[in-house]
Amino acid sequence: MINALGQPQSLLLLGGTSDIAVAIARAWAGTCRPHVTVAARPGARRDAVVEELAGLGLEVVAVDFDAEDTDSHPALIERLAGERDIDVAVVAFGVLGDEETAWQDHASAVHHARVNYLGAVSVGVCLGQVVRRQGHGVIVALSSVAGERVRRSNFVYGSSKAGLDGFYLGLGEALRGSGGSVLVVRPGFVRTKMTEGREPAPLSVTADDVAQAVVAGVARHAELIWVPAPLRVVMSGLRHVPRAMFRRLPV
Amino acid sequence: MSDRELLTGWGCTAATAARVVRATPDRVAEELRTAGSRGVIARGLGRSYGDVAQNAGGVVLLPAPGSVRIDHETQQVTVGAGTSLHDLMRVLLPEGYFVPVTPGTRFVTLGGAIACDVHGKNHHRAGSLGDHVVSLDLVLPDGSAVTVGPQQDPDLYWATVGGLGLTGIVTSVVLSLLRVESGWMRVDTDRLPDLDAVMDAITASDRDTTYSVAWIDTLARGRALGRSVLTRGEHARWEELTGRAVREPVPLPGDPRLGAPGLVPPHLVSRPTVRAFNELWFRKAPRQRKDELQTIASFFHPLDGVAHWNRLYGRQGFLQYQCVLPDPEGGRLARILERISAAGHASFLAVLKRFGPGNPGPLSFPTVGWTLALDLPVGAGLVPLLAELDREVVGAGGRIYLAKDSRLPGALLEQMYPRLDEFRAVRARVDPTGVLRSDLSRRLDL
Repeated sequence: MINALGQPQSLLLLGGTSDIAVAIARAWAGTCRPHVTVAARPGARRDAVVEELAGLGLEVVAVDFDAEDTDSHPALIERLAGERDIDVAVVAFGVLGDEETAWQDHASAVHHARVNYLGAVSVGVCLGQVVRRQGHGVIVALSSVAGERVRRSNFVYGSSKAGLDGFYLGLGEALRGSGGSVLVVRPGFVRTKMTEGREPAPLSVTADDVAQAVVAGVARHAELIWVPAPLRVVMSGLRHVPRAMFRRLPV
Repeated sequence: MSDRELLTGWGCTAATAARVVRATPDRVAEELRTAGSRGVIARGLGRSYGDVAQNAGGVVLLPAPGSVRIDHETQQVTVGAGTSLHDLMRVLLPEGYFVPVTPGTRFVTLGGAIACDVHGKNHHRAGSLGDHVVSLDLVLPDGSAVTVGPQQDPDLYWATVGGLGLTGIVTSVVLSLLRVESGWMRVDTDRLPDLDAVMDAITASDRDTTYSVAWIDTLARGRALGRSVLTRGEHARWEELTGRAVREPVPLPGDPRLGAPGLVPPHLVSRPTVRAFNELWFRKAPRQRKDELQTIASFFHPLDGVAHWNRLYGRQGFLQYQCVLPDPEGGRLARILERISAAGHASFLAVLKRFGPGNPGPLSFPTVGWTLALDLPVGAGLVPLLAELDREVVGAGGRIYLAKDSRLPGALLEQMYPRLDEFRAVRARVDPTGVLRSDLSRRLDL
């Protein structure tokens, strides 16, 4: 159960090796110490995450999860929900490849869409059913400001996040009154291994900043947050810039 | 999903959805027998602050008011468990009776009051509600009905008293009554400058006082730490009535006259507003006043005059932290108050009271010592403060009141309630498959 202070007892990290997912578990490790399920592809990265979280004194289990293998999602999430209530589920998986390759290489474009959108929709439907049945639970979906106004420089990634964003906002509306809820998180540029080697954009943040914002967002029952918060204003402006002008902006 | 409802406790935190069913006598056993994996819990009028009467994804039974039958010979009443203390008092007072124990609100049901083993301002003399029950009718998770009491299956009876609804559904209660001559209270009020003064005053006078409670200004610091207004009361006798009380010797508690608005400005309950309120309230109290006549409603249930006062805390809600520091650890009160006032969380008047000895209920809250209760708006910063308070309480061998809890870390439960095993043993006997469940029982693994 999530208590009155917004602290969960169990945490399901889908894409559990993502820096942000791990940071979220770390953020709660110091206070409510939830049970953590790291759902990710098996391998050294997952082992390292399990070791790190266990080292913080958390009870951790790892399960095999492949975002692209959507057929396996319903059974996996049902099984996990049967073992213990899912208090907070974090949809944290995603890919960000080279943008110029992404729109010209068919396989790369399809891979982005499969993981970032199709995979997210697939687990979203399953998690929606679970929290409805439980009568409680928060689904945290990691979107991106890149999806809020899709731009030329990374439109494959951006459009896949736009799809995810729209789906999870809609899911949150559909779940109203069910006890379950959705928190859509729109970070700006996050300095993680996914963005390694890229020039940080203005207002860039760390995975721990995103994690702190998620912890606070869950506590105050937020439905949509930007990280950092001022991005909300920036994006609100950018959304309304005419296309002819938008394409000339250095974004 | 249309029969589902979002429910919270009085603190308006952590809403969860459940199927709600009116607990008419024919439905109770049926719902228990056909319960799904997420179980069933009974709910009264929703005055518990936390999640004790919520059941995410399961069934929540809502109270069905029952009959009230007074037996004048034994001075006992038989009352349906879904009846509120409000309704019960309105029947009892004209007959010259009062309930043996009343909490700070009368908008609670008898069933809920037993599940929380409620206490009142007379705990130091009278104990809690469970000490005044003759017997209870209980529907067990398998659908069978039993009658229990201190003399009939005492293990099950005492596990039910304070058992948070997890041993069965109480359907009817036989309660010993208190004889009173009027509906008025004779009240003494004393304004006390600091914590030592109030603790000394309570210790000195409790033996000769039926009802006593102190309201503490938790924002006062330094030399004023713990400054309080102590009120003590006795049921007024006929010959003590004067003025309006003579013309109207039995004023009945009424329905709330005011209502909090549905929408309140954010941060209405914040440090500056609370500081101003507490200051005013402390200054307006007389330094000392004797033998003032107050109605039962205004003496026992001052907040019941305002419907939905819980909404004043806004969308994020609030919680109540009530702990008891058993003797001889009362000295820790000063440390606890220092932490609260230093943290600066806006807490309206906290309540300080001295408990008498506890009863045999393994999960019953009261135990001889000092109890402090404070309302805190939910917000960042509460997490470390409450962790510190928990440490103080556990260090004192004390506990917090589960009926009001919405956030206790499960690891501390066994330290606070060392007789948890006895409770679990009874639960294993009457509810081996865990039909009775609540958000609290899930959260604390009860």
